Amino acid sequence: MTGSEFDRLAPQILPAGAPAPDFALHATPDQVLRLSELRGRPVILVFYPADWSPVCGDQVALYNEILPEFREYGAEILGISVDGVWCHAAFARDRKLHFSLLADFEPKGAVARMYGAYRAEDGTSERALFVLDGEGIIRWSYCSPIAVNPGADGILKALESIAGKSAPVTAESFQNDAAEART
Amino acid sequence: MSDGGLTPPVSERDHIAGPDDAPVTLVEYGDYECPYCGMAHPVVKRAQSELGSQLRFVFRHFPLGEAHPHAQIAAQAAEAAGAQGKFWEMHDMIFEHQDALEVEDLLGYAASLGLDAEKIGRDLEAGTYVKRVRDDFRSGVKSGVNGTPTFFVNGARYDGSWANEKAFIGALRDAAQQGVET
Repeated sequence: MTGSEFDRLAPQILPAGAPAPDFALHATPDQVLRLSELRGRPVILVFYPADWSPVCGDQVALYNEILPEFREYGAEILGISVDGVWCHAAFARDRKLHFSLLADFEPKGAVARMYGAYRAEDGTSERALFVLDGEGIIRWSYCSPIAVNPGADGILKALESIAGKSAPVTAESFQNDAAEART
Repeated sequence: MSDGGLTPPVSERDHIAGPDDAPVTLVEYGDYECPYCGMAHPVVKRAQSELGSQLRFVFRHFPLGEAHPHAQIAAQAAEAAGAQGKFWEMHDMIFEHQDALEVEDLLGYAASLGLDAEKIGRDLEAGTYVKRVRDDFRSGVKSGVNGTPTFFVNGARYDGSWANEKAFIGALRDAAQQGVET
């Protein structure tokens, strides 16, 4: 395998520590959302390949159910795919989604490209997650194999570590869970 | 993405079928209205009967309430039945009647199992088991549940197929032979 082929197969998404590139995308047909407007609270960016993927195990449906947990951290969650606004509107209505889906539609995938999360061979974005802190710095990022729903545990751990200045939040909470389990 | 595995581990708070010293612990995060969980139910049953005392099975709730409007109340009804000592009977009853999960249906199932259905009705109204179900859900999120059903075998998420009953039971047998403790 040549180097360029390898690069294509192993996407280089923006890593933790990088500032999140600002963007403005349509959230509804008549409403544009600019990322920098959300400064001051954590933001979860969920790049996903396409609306209307199969049900039940679906990633956006899962995050929709976990919204109360995300909101406990004051976090905003944004779904992003290359689908257009009307497609997003129909999908969000059908799945009863309570968070915004942004249309990375024109120029196609421009925002996904800025984050290193565009799959040129498919014309869609990767299944990539970014958690930003209140200053707009990426604190955690993860690119999942395209067929694997990454779940939400990584997002919650990132939000925990942003919220808790005490460093070992994750280890601590795991210990507490284990202690609870023993009692 | 899941680096850890089952969080928290199986404990006395769980609904457990099978011996504590079984070499394999299978945990399911499930949704009573999810059709895939309904399909997985007889597969789990078969695994239980084939592995016998080799298998300890645990069920935790993961209701996807937006997709499945009856999942949450059905989970609470199973908990309420559990408080009267018949969690597994109610669990089976619900999975066998996934298309009829209104409150009156659930209370009817409870009555047919000889439970105090009036008490269960009051529990549902008061939301007695809302927190319990939510705690299960949150533990699922932490554990890396990414849809329903999600299985954990000896604490590690099982990403193989459960629809292929033979392969699923084979994987459980392998885990039993490895004798890996949680």
